Amino acid sequence: MRSLDIRAWVLSLTFLVIVLGTWEIAVQVPEQTEAQSEYELLMGGAEQEARIPPPSAIAVRAWEELSNPFYDAGPNDKGIGIQLGYSIYRVLSGFFLAVIIALPVGFLIGMSPLMYRALNPYIQLLRPISPLAWMPLALFVIKDSETSAIFVIFICSIWPMLLNTAFGVANVREDWINVARTHELSPLRTAFTVILPAAAPTILTGMRISIGIAWLVIVAAEMLVGGTGIGYYVWNEWNNLDLTSVIFSILMIGLVGMLLDLMLTAATKLVQYEE
Amino acid sequence: MSQSFLQVQQLAKRFASKQETLTVFEQANFTIEKGEFVCIIGHSGCGKSTIMNTLAGLDVPTEGVVIMDGREVSGPSLERGVVFQNYSLLPWLSALDNVMFGVRARWPQWSKEEVRTHSLRYLTMVGLQGVEQRKPAQLSGGMRQRVSIARAFATQPKLLLLDEPFGALDALTRGVIQDELVNICAETHQTVFMITHDIDEAILLSDRILLMSNGPGAVIAESVVVDLPKPRKRAEIIHHPGYYTIRNHLVEFLVKRSKTFTKNSASDEFPISVNPLSVNRLNTKESSPLDQTVIDQTPVEQSSPSHHLVNA
Repeated sequence: MRSLDIRAWVLSLTFLVIVLGTWEIAVQVPEQTEAQSEYELLMGGAEQEARIPPPSAIAVRAWEELSNPFYDAGPNDKGIGIQLGYSIYRVLSGFFLAVIIALPVGFLIGMSPLMYRALNPYIQLLRPISPLAWMPLALFVIKDSETSAIFVIFICSIWPMLLNTAFGVANVREDWINVARTHELSPLRTAFTVILPAAAPTILTGMRISIGIAWLVIVAAEMLVGGTGIGYYVWNEWNNLDLTSVIFSILMIGLVGMLLDLMLTAATKLVQYEE
Repeated sequence: MSQSFLQVQQLAKRFASKQETLTVFEQANFTIEKGEFVCIIGHSGCGKSTIMNTLAGLDVPTEGVVIMDGREVSGPSLERGVVFQNYSLLPWLSALDNVMFGVRARWPQWSKEEVRTHSLRYLTMVGLQGVEQRKPAQLSGGMRQRVSIARAFATQPKLLLLDEPFGALDALTRGVIQDELVNICAETHQTVFMITHDIDEAILLSDRILLMSNGPGAVIAESVVVDLPKPRKRAEIIHHPGYYTIRNHLVEFLVKRSKTFTKNSASDEFPISVNPLSVNRLNTKESSPLDQTVIDQTPVEQSSPSHHLVNA
């Protein structure tokens, strides 16, 4: 097992070196073979085409940005840490609002076949709607772009949690419910001491799916509403034609998404049980 | 008739569909006295589990009532502890927490320390000291069933219901836990109703064995008195002269008569009380062709399945 770990690491690093090396070489400006005219010399070479920046340039940019992540030099020039902070704040606000609604409603749907049948058509209708499609309506009703972005996160993260909670609750083993019944537990105590721990792994899986989707959606939402956040940052750097920063921020989006997922995975492990 | 501790009267379970009504069992009548250990044996599908679930209050019968301690059973209660076949431990709780779960439900006013001490006492009683912090997944099947038994005993129910508690265990473990159960029951004078498929287990543990005929339309045909001295030991009981008389009676019923057993008339009363060790029938009813069968097989005519059915 140990040696497998090591070999996997070595292989990962090899792939990294190959990909980055190829990239670095492929985007090099070709050697000038002919003598350059005075104009070309003034313009810094004959190469007309804009190129993707090499990994080395991105590494340098990453070092600059990460060594001072929280500077704030006006609305169009904020550190990457501040931009990510805004995005994380929005994702978590929308996510926890969704938790507050999805858990009780999921319990209700899971425990009552009547409620499941009554609410299921609406859930099936609303679930496939792209969260961004809500944006115009949200902007009109809420009249605040910041809150609208949170609403969009809320609406996209509620469905996986709702459905997983309902599924987990509805599929708690009959035996465990019978244990609660023979011990004369009240419905509320049954819900908290038997159903909740039994369904917790399923619920947490739903949360993990939700936060993944929320992080995907926040980038797009911030591109639309603008102002702050990592989505806005990417779009702003594109408008500045600063591809180095665009690639750097893409990597940061991936990194934060991975960290959010790891946190939920750790939480799932806490409630996981073996049958 | 004096009031028995538990009375089951005219219990029946039927499933009605548009075309026909399927009767699983009917006319189930029996009583259990305080401190008695009663087993019920029958082939699969005769409705044993339904009878047990009805006693537990988990299932509702189509007809009939169950009266315990003068009150009708109308739902699950802590007065009746249940040990399920598949242990039904909560897998996210440790062995101790599983027992504490039951104790806390029984005595909500107890302090945490009282609950803990009481639960530990019962875990020790089933020989599980030292593994109380393990989760059920980390325990063997036998240990899990012990936790389940400890949880049921710890709530000190008036009636303990065991649904094939040793069915999933290997023969050696089963024997050990059976011995433990004998001891615990001797100590606590627990009233027990148990489902089993194992004839030897039933003879070892029971004061009385209820025999069910095959379903559908099953009835509790006989109530066989196990008149062997107590306390019983697995190793010794088989040498008792009456052991095989009882055993043969049970085998004979299960192999042969349970299939063909039918009510002769609506007026027949079931179960018929039988004591294989005594030639006299306990019930005083005038003999009917069916009673004849019972008398016929009482002689100590060991392990030779003969022609009782022809007589009947």
